[in-house]
Amino acid sequence: MSSGVMVVESLRMHRGKRQILNDIDLQLHVGEVLGILGPNGAGKSSFLAACCAELPITSGQILYDGQSVLHAKPLDLARTRAVLPQHTTMTFDLPVTEVVTMGAYPFPEATTEQVNEWIDEAIERADIRHKAHDSYRALSGGEQQRVQFARVLVQARAIENLKGHAFLFLDEPTASLDPKHQVLLMRVVRELSRESSTAVVVVLHDLNMAARWCDRLMLLSDGEIAALDVPQKVLRADLLERVYGLPMSVMPHPLNSDHLIVMAEG
Amino acid sequence: MQGRSVAPPLSFASGLLLLSALLLVSILFASVSGAYHIQAIQLLKWLFGVGQLDEVSRNVWVNIRMPRIILGIVAGAALGISGAVMQALFRNPLAEPGLVGLSAGASLGAVLAIVLTPGGLLLIAIAAFLGSLGATYLAYFLGRRSHSMAGLLLAGIAINSIVFSLMGLLIINANDAQLRDLTFWNMGSLAGANWIMLLGIVPWTVLMVSLLLTRWKALNALLLGEREAFHLGYSLSSLRWQLITLVALTVGPIVAVTGGIGFVGLVVPHLVRLWLGSDHRWVLPASVIGGALALTLGDWLARVLIAPSELPIGLVTSLVGGPFFIWLLIRGRR
Repeated sequence: MSSGVMVVESLRMHRGKRQILNDIDLQLHVGEVLGILGPNGAGKSSFLAACCAELPITSGQILYDGQSVLHAKPLDLARTRAVLPQHTTMTFDLPVTEVVTMGAYPFPEATTEQVNEWIDEAIERADIRHKAHDSYRALSGGEQQRVQFARVLVQARAIENLKGHAFLFLDEPTASLDPKHQVLLMRVVRELSRESSTAVVVVLHDLNMAARWCDRLMLLSDGEIAALDVPQKVLRADLLERVYGLPMSVMPHPLNSDHLIVMAEG
Repeated sequence: MQGRSVAPPLSFASGLLLLSALLLVSILFASVSGAYHIQAIQLLKWLFGVGQLDEVSRNVWVNIRMPRIILGIVAGAALGISGAVMQALFRNPLAEPGLVGLSAGASLGAVLAIVLTPGGLLLIAIAAFLGSLGATYLAYFLGRRSHSMAGLLLAGIAINSIVFSLMGLLIINANDAQLRDLTFWNMGSLAGANWIMLLGIVPWTVLMVSLLLTRWKALNALLLGEREAFHLGYSLSSLRWQLITLVALTVGPIVAVTGGIGFVGLVVPHLVRLWLGSDHRWVLPASVIGGALALTLGDWLARVLIAPSELPIGLVTSLVGGPFFIWLLIRGRR
């Protein structure tokens, strides 16, 4: 059964002579949120870029629903997975609504009513309703990021409508957001995975965020998997200290013992 | 597929209407004034079939003025939309068709035809067209290895400077008559317009401009960034190839028959963006109409400023466009 699953097989990637990723294996099913953790330069963003077929890989295989992404057409990819990059800077200005609408560009067959419904839903979920009639460049960095998130939500929704499930990739989506919108975004991502059968890969720096919202975590160190498991198994003080080179304390959340709190010491 | 998100804000549609109205008025102005004055009322009455126009006026209007005005409209439309497309492609408000060697290539072709052959408008036009295509594709092939647009930009700069030095070599060997031809060609003119030329260039330009107009979504996606455009399903290499080919095929024949008309491809889309924002659903048609308006007005000025003699239109567009542009930049900074 290969539907609704992303498979990464012995993925290797080089940039020049330097090895960026070495022997990565992963299976990700829809309904699951996978967090990618690791220090700077561990290969998190490269892994994400390889998964969404943006960067060429040296060897290995990446398959969505059993289909290889390596020679896939960009349009077919856009109708299978949505990607939220780390920063999007625009030289030219566009209305916020048009940026959000772009999520539906790869779906010319969708009706206007459908698209409007998706846009409306995305604007609500990204909490940018009050900015919907502004121009993009008039917004703050965090608001711009939420507009981009809304665009990606529209695309994910359209993919789910087309194929029954979607793959979603987010690169540090919470980096420029305030605490409230960090939580809102991660909650939406989680809802999406549960209710709209979406498989999510999200690069995060905040270990507590990862502990709270991800089903599984992949800890990368020098381009290799240091750990790939549920948060309780990955967020171990000794492992984190080894990977990040910094002493860490891990303790159960005082109010909800299912969750962990990670503190960087030192 | 059009107008799917929200109902188009009134300002965009009315902006296009306003531009069209201005274009019509400027066509009327350009129709009546020049070395021979035509009565505006008489002309309108005759056009609507309710009055007579004297023989001379009719001749001047049908055989001299109208072809010029139509050439100005298609040339302006082509330059305007091509500038808008290049700016989106390079994500740079300073981009214009000349950036990838298009204008320089056309000039080199024209110089070659003027200096090395007996000359003649047709030969110059063909050589200029081939030159523009040649230079553009050379820039494209040299620049395509690079993943970003920077490669194409650098190749364009290199081609531009090589072409100018080659032109210099040819110009050193030119005689006085050839030099004069050359100077005038480079300053651009709509004076060569006639109906036979229009029969070829109008349908062609309409086709090319229509094809460019359909690409507004791809151009919007490019504004987000090259990565983002790829995530939205656009293959960058084929999009780049497609857009540059379309621009070369749109502007090449125009430059070939009008010579170098500067600044329209840069200023018109820039003004449109200042006014309507950068949603290409509106930027592209507004640049088409705005470009047509700019050249119609420019040619009118070229004919009336020093009447009964006339200025080359390229000179007028640069003379008026340049200071206007500087004024805008200073104003924008405040």
